[in-house]
Amino acid sequence: MKVKVLCRNPDDYVRETSKDLQRVPRNYDPTLNPFEVPREYARALNATKLDRVFAKPFIAALDGHRDGVNCMAKLPTSLSTLLSGSCDGEVKVWNLPTRKCLHTVQAHEGFVRGMCVRFCGTSFFTTGDDKTIKQWKMEAPGYGEEEEPLNMILGKTVYTGIDHHWKEGTFATCGQQVDIWDEERSSPIRTFTWGVDSVSCVRFNPIEAKLLASCASDRSIVLYDMRESAPLQKVIMKLRSNALCWNPMEAYIFTCANEDYNLYTYDMRQLSSPVVVHSDHVSAVLDVDYSPTGKEFVSASFDKTIRIFPKHQTRSREVYHTKRMQHVICVKWSMDNKYVMTGSDEMNIRLWKANASEKLGLLTPREKQAQNYSQKLKDKFQHHPQIRRIARHRHLPKNIYNLRKEMHIMKEARRRKELNVRKHSKPGSVPFVPERKKHVVTVVE
Amino acid sequence: MATATDATAGETHVGKEKKKKAPKRYWQDTKADGEGEPEDRNYKKVQRETKTSKNKPVRKKTRIHGTQEKKFISGKKDPFPGPAPVPEEKLRKFRRGQPFNQVSGNFFPIRNIGKQDIYSYILKHANESSTLATNRAARFDLLLPEDAGFLEADEGEDTCAIRQEDIAEAVDITSATKYFNLSLTQFGPYRLDYTRNGRHLLLGGRRGHVSCFDWHSKQLMCEINVMETVNDVKWLHSEAMFAVAQKKWLYIYDSTGIELHCIRRFNDVLRMQFLPYHFLLATASATGFLQYLDVSVGKEVATTCTKSGRLDVMAQNPYNAVIHLGHPTGTVTLWSPNQRTPLVKMLCHRGGVRSIAVDKTGTYMVTSGLDRKLKVFDIRAFQPLHSYFLPAGASCLSLSQKGLLSACTGDIVQVYKDVFNTPVKKPYMAHRVRGAVWGAQFCPFEDVLGIGHAEGFTSLIIPGAGEPNFDGLDANPYRSVKQRQEWEVKALLEKVQPELISLDPDRLCEVDRATWEQKHQERVKRLGYDPLAKEKFMPRYKAKGRSSSGNVEKRKKQVAHEDQRDLIRKSVEEKMAKEKELKEKKAEQGKTSALDRFKK
Repeated sequence: MKVKVLCRNPDDYVRETSKDLQRVPRNYDPTLNPFEVPREYARALNATKLDRVFAKPFIAALDGHRDGVNCMAKLPTSLSTLLSGSCDGEVKVWNLPTRKCLHTVQAHEGFVRGMCVRFCGTSFFTTGDDKTIKQWKMEAPGYGEEEEPLNMILGKTVYTGIDHHWKEGTFATCGQQVDIWDEERSSPIRTFTWGVDSVSCVRFNPIEAKLLASCASDRSIVLYDMRESAPLQKVIMKLRSNALCWNPMEAYIFTCANEDYNLYTYDMRQLSSPVVVHSDHVSAVLDVDYSPTGKEFVSASFDKTIRIFPKHQTRSREVYHTKRMQHVICVKWSMDNKYVMTGSDEMNIRLWKANASEKLGLLTPREKQAQNYSQKLKDKFQHHPQIRRIARHRHLPKNIYNLRKEMHIMKEARRRKELNVRKHSKPGSVPFVPERKKHVVTVVE
Repeated sequence: MATATDATAGETHVGKEKKKKAPKRYWQDTKADGEGEPEDRNYKKVQRETKTSKNKPVRKKTRIHGTQEKKFISGKKDPFPGPAPVPEEKLRKFRRGQPFNQVSGNFFPIRNIGKQDIYSYILKHANESSTLATNRAARFDLLLPEDAGFLEADEGEDTCAIRQEDIAEAVDITSATKYFNLSLTQFGPYRLDYTRNGRHLLLGGRRGHVSCFDWHSKQLMCEINVMETVNDVKWLHSEAMFAVAQKKWLYIYDSTGIELHCIRRFNDVLRMQFLPYHFLLATASATGFLQYLDVSVGKEVATTCTKSGRLDVMAQNPYNAVIHLGHPTGTVTLWSPNQRTPLVKMLCHRGGVRSIAVDKTGTYMVTSGLDRKLKVFDIRAFQPLHSYFLPAGASCLSLSQKGLLSACTGDIVQVYKDVFNTPVKKPYMAHRVRGAVWGAQFCPFEDVLGIGHAEGFTSLIIPGAGEPNFDGLDANPYRSVKQRQEWEVKALLEKVQPELISLDPDRLCEVDRATWEQKHQERVKRLGYDPLAKEKFMPRYKAKGRSSSGNVEKRKKQVAHEDQRDLIRKSVEEKMAKEKELKEKKAEQGKTSALDRFKK
């Protein structure tokens, strides 16, 4: 007779001293862990609920400006510094970790219209209502010194926007025309005009660094190549765009913030229709900025909210608002992909988390692992009705909530009307026009 | 030492004379070494061989990547190149569902970053990671520390003739203590229950004696007499609490014997089952009610009148938490708390059903009836597999984690092996206890079968019954108090809701196609057109007079024909494959006889 009976040595399963970690032998046999799916579902549900419990996105408000914040600029080289320009011509340099103003410059008379930081992060440019472009040092002046601009260019017209090249010492301004400047010269090296209207925003492409895009008040978005003498292409939309931002990871994608409450993501090579129409705002969208990963962007709107959109989705994943925040004029996404900064009408700059329920600070490896695991579970079960309902739920101010309802009713009425028209006309005479193609008027080469 | 190494180094540098060979290793082919060929050529040869012998049956190699050997700088070959192979049957054990193989199309095409492409991209990566996980889990099996027990008889001897005393004598002292007998003659016959980790034992005597103890250390936790008839006893989720079905009500005691609750909504309970992942206590009563009690919140979840009289046969399916009830009519009914009627009603025996047991994978159900038959069913297909006739009939069926079946007839306990797959001739082990058996249960994670009978309790050693390797996060027999508390919190957090009890627990991660189609239809109705319909082909405008209407029509037709041709090609291919399969089948069956034409 040969016999073996299961006999375990308890020393193999119990820790030796109370200082040791507990031993947890594992066996991944699926029959020993039944109800895998229902249990994972329960975990996903808990994780989703906790996500909403811990969703506290507001971090801080930086106050100090004496008029509405009109523009902001982030540094490509430093995470902790932020520049902001207000409607009374003041520019403030902020230290974000301490939430303090490092120094203040009275840069212009009237509005600070545009601001950008040189790619090296040592100086910045501002334009204002006083028809000047000024270059300033980033550091505060020494004791007893007067704050003086490094450079000043006096123009003939007001410059409404400015952006710096990402690699070279050139910058672009916009106003009645788009000018390309060399930092060394006091006259533009190139001037682009197409039509006579005023241009509100100009942006360099971060990857294809010679390319620019601008949006003008004649409802057009114009693409330029710095090396050519004439603009490349122009797309005219139903309403005008206020701002635009290039995707930092995909050279050919940009998103523009439009007056018609929507944002449009375009492929530069195919301007005849936008790739995605992002709609959730209930008032004009004023500013947009991409996350450094290029997967999401944040938009600021006149309806006193900011929203975060995934780049390929039509609906926003997040909406931030507070009682005190008024019309949001400018917004920036920090370079570490963690924070969002907003500047609004009521003179405050607000700091938000990009991911509302994220835990700040260092995480232990186990914490990180648990977070990754719950994130995966949330993704896996995100389409289940119970979980989706909780994950999607956001509180909205009453007026925005009502406006949204109203917009929905209007949209539904338009759709119904079109359906009825189609029903009572000759087949094929009322074509289906997809939502994407409804907002573009023409493309001009 | 230094001089010696220098000398060898010099030799290798010169390398003209006789080379010193490295000692031969077990994986090296003796012949190849004898020829002394350079390894490079050898490598080529192997390649050539594989090329030429494509059609010939290639000798099976243990390594799949045998020919593509990685070379080190020193010129040596890696004897085990590539990832370590994992046997297919192990992979099958850890595989969940079929891999999704309809991933096609280019990901992120130039313009269209539509949803379709993103999802196919996601699916592709999900496939990859799931294969990786399966492989890792299967490889991890190697590292499990314990092996299962076994019992082998000498030649001419039968394992069922081996007595417990012999086994206890042959094994080590610790194991020998697992065979013991508690003589409790006063309050018998006894029902019993082991905790989920197999550490604690609960005994309930018919005449009111209830006691629980840590049977490893034989440490008594409590011993009480409830002064009432005890029908059944059951541990709740941990060893801190247990439920006792007494003459009239259901009571819950803690491990020190203090009465925590008397639940008057549950009366005349005869049998109980605890669903550990749902925290549900299911009870079957003499009045024909099946009731569910959520022990985490103390709420009655469901009460079902089964309308089939006294319910004294009950089992749970550990795979999907469905309750099986046996009835005097010979039927077995399957219940979930969400439905007033049974999920399934199957006729299993000619006489009444005496006992039911369900295996842990939820594949097999074993029943015994008054018609003295023991039957094995496949409860995924609801089909009988085997039927045995036992002269005295069997009561108190119990299945172990490794698939051993214990059946008790009167005072004799028989244990059968491999009842599911092969017809069994004789028992694996047998034992006679002092009184009629009242309750039997295999201890989880131990080679032990506990028998409660009229004269007390007997613990038998059944080698090969228990799962050797437990999962420490699920049921750990050696857990400390702290670990138990943490486990309790986690288990409560991931408590499965009773609404999710159904025949297929994995249903939750499947696509609900019916709802989707319904939704899609509604959407089409609302929009006035089908947004997912294939776009109609619109030929591009071509310059220089090539866009005449005739030309355009021609191009349209071309595209339409191509689509059609694709369809036809697909169907023809499918047909060919089917035919080929049929042919192969026929060839396998061998010669055809003239009488085959009469076969259907």
